[in-house]
This record gives sequence, C-alpha cells and structure tokens, in this order.
Amino acid sequence: MQQIFNFIFRNKNFLLFLLLFVLSMIFTVQSHSYHRSKFVNSANFLSGGIYSAFSNIDEYFALKSTNEELVEENLRLRKMLFNPSDSLANQITIDSTSFDKNYILVSTKVIQNDFTRRDNFLTIKKGSSQGIEPDMGVFNSKGIVGIIDKTSSGYSTVISILNSTSQINAEIKKTQNFGTLKWDGKSPYTVQLADVPKRARIAIGDSIITGGRSTIFPKGIHIGAIKDFKLDGSENYYEIEVELFNDMTKLNNVYVIKNKDAEEIKALQNSTNE
Amino acid sequence: MNNVVFKFIGLFILLVLTQVLVFNNIDFAGYIDPYLYIIFILLYPFKSNQTLFIFISFLLGLTIDMFLNSGGINAAACLLIAYVRPIVLKLSFGTSYEYQSIKIENTFFSERFKYFLFMITIHHLVLFALEIFNIAQILSILKKTLFSGIFTLILSLLVISLFSRKKES
Repeated sequence: MQQIFNFIFRNKNFLLFLLLFVLSMIFTVQSHSYHRSKFVNSANFLSGGIYSAFSNIDEYFALKSTNEELVEENLRLRKMLFNPSDSLANQITIDSTSFDKNYILVSTKVIQNDFTRRDNFLTIKKGSSQGIEPDMGVFNSKGIVGIIDKTSSGYSTVISILNSTSQINAEIKKTQNFGTLKWDGKSPYTVQLADVPKRARIAIGDSIITGGRSTIFPKGIHIGAIKDFKLDGSENYYEIEVELFNDMTKLNNVYVIKNKDAEEIKALQNSTNE
Repeated sequence: MNNVVFKFIGLFILLVLTQVLVFNNIDFAGYIDPYLYIIFILLYPFKSNQTLFIFISFLLGLTIDMFLNSGGINAAACLLIAYVRPIVLKLSFGTSYEYQSIKIENTFFSERFKYFLFMITIHHLVLFALEIFNIAQILSILKKTLFSGIFTLILSLLVISLFSRKKES
C-alpha cells in the first residue's frame, strides 16, 4: 500500500497530465461527431454575456451595411406584394408560398462568428427561454446559415454550414435534383453539393435552394449558385462547388425557424423504420 | 508573492478576453489567427509548483475552448506544452535555469527565441492536428501550423519586449 502511494506521489505530475489529457481528448473526439453531448460550449451565462456585451459595441460599425441589407430585403418583399405574379417567378429568395402556418419564426442577432476553422460555430443571442430548441434552422435574408446545436436560457450555439459535420438537404432549383450540402473546410465562400446523379442537367450559375426533405428548413430558402462541377470517383454522381449568396464572414441579423410538425414527422419516420 | 499571484490572475483573464474577442477575429489572409494566449504558459514563473501549473494550463485551454466551441483541442495543446516545459527550458536555456531564478526579460534574445519557437511549434502542431483530426490532410495541418506559428511567434516576441521592464544594468 505504502509503495502504491509512493508511486502516485512520485509520478503525480505525469498522472495528472495523463488524466487531463484523456479528458481533453474525450472532449475533442466528441466535438468531431455530430450530435455529441458536448460539455463545454459557448451557450452559457459567462461566454454568452461577454460576447453579447462586446457585440453591442461591434454592431455600430456594421450599422450601414445592416441597414442596406434590410432595405434590400424590404424592397424584395414589397415587389412581391405589388407584383405577385412577377415575384413568384424569380424575385423571391424565401418562397413565401410554401410557408404555411406550420412554421414559427424568431429573429435574433449573431454575437460570435467563426469561419476559419474546420468545425465552425456561431453564438446567437436567444435561447430556450425565447423558444429556441436544438435542430431548428437558422437563415438570414440572403440564405441559410446553420442549425441550432446547444441552447442555454439566454444563448444558443449554431452549427454553421461551414462545419465538417454539417449535412443539409439541398436541391437544384431548375432541375429539382437533390443532394447533400457539405463543406470541405477550405473557403468560407464556397460549399459542396454531393450525391447529385449524373443524369441531372446542370449548368454553371444554376441556383441551389433548400430541399424541404428534412424537417429543419422549409423548401425554397436560397443557398447559392453553382460555381463549378465535375464527376466524382465513381463517375455516377456530380461533385458541385456552390458559391454561397451569403457572406458567412459578415453575419448580423438572422432568423430562426421551427417546423411545428417536425416532432410528428420524426416520430412517424422512427416508427416506420423500426 | 501575492503580487505575482494577482498579476497572473489578471494576465489569465486579459489573455482569454483578447484572444476570443480580438485575435480570433484577425483572420489574416482568410484563416491565419495568432494564438497569443499561450504567452501565459511561456511567462508563468519558472520555479513553481509543476502540478498546479499543469492544472492551470489545462484550465486556460478549456476556457478558450468554451468560448470557441472547439471541444478540447486548446486544452490538450496547452496541457502538453505545460508538461514538457521543463524539458524545453533545459534545452533552450541550459541547465542553469534550475539553479538561478531567471526572468524572461533578462534572457538573451537567441535563447528566448529558441524557447518560444519550441513551445509555439508544439502547441500549434497539436492544436491543428486535433482540429483537423484527419491524417490524410497532414499538409493542411503543417501549413496552418507554419503560418499561424510565425504570426504567434512574432506577436509574442513583440508583446514581451514591449511590456517587460528594462534590463537593470
């Protein structure tokens, strides 16, 4: 017994190092898998509070561009109001016709934004006490931003579309072929659309919108335009480079959307799978 | 003694705040950020309780991880450089550091440079290897380590020479 204690005491630094290293490796591995039970995240009183205090200062510098964005969005919506037929054809970014009463929208602000790492997250200023829940969709006037990950009472973290674990159902507006939106970790301005079959007739410049096959986003929210495409290794599917409409490096006001039917649809899908 | 403790508590808070609010938003050339907060580990008194030092370094990394939502990558990298610091100190300053209490501002530039270079390289290599977590992308890991490492090295040498008291002669 004495020897065991002696051993522990002599090697206490190494043992402490080993223990904490294993702990941090567990956190790291968890952070690389989707839907982990992440223990440390920025949706808490301390980091959320600090970020929101400093974003209060920061947002003054972006007032002009934020205003311009709002006017642009208002203009689009007004055009839609006055020329219904025209607007339905091409002017809409967010297709209002598919928004029925099943969706709840909340507006909020981004208080922290990352885009330089492989797995990027945002922090927003509303949380569970304002009705935000995990797996709700986040977008702004130009396109999609991400999916809610963790919430605290006043803050939430968002898995950005610039995250290697993010997978979002998307489709090509013209041909209605759908695929999965992923990110290769390179440029914050482009994402990749995979699993689009070879027979799809695509061209550079085609619009990509959300597909509506998942319960997170409704159909028709804009994502980006095709920048480049080639066949993948198996020669059966396209690998498409999508240039985002959204500038993910400058995010300010965003909307959070909840599908009221999501739970019912998921329960149904689960019972069918079993 | 108390003075030193307060100084390092203040430095801890200051470095965490500047790291998450300023240095992580620099994004030089799109993706290069300096990780200046590790000068806390570089400057921490050389003659001190190693167990406490390891624990504080872990805490520092974990705090950064909490703000950046990065799992445990900063915690692991900080822990490792804290653990190997005595070896790096011996390599860069010679064995004499153990016997006399040297201060970072009183060291030769070449020795200080060597010490910083070793520590920053180890930290950044572990950090980016864990961040990317894919051995197939080793080139990307090395590229990020190189560029961010140079940025951190220059910035930390500048900060040290700006804020340290002049050599008493």
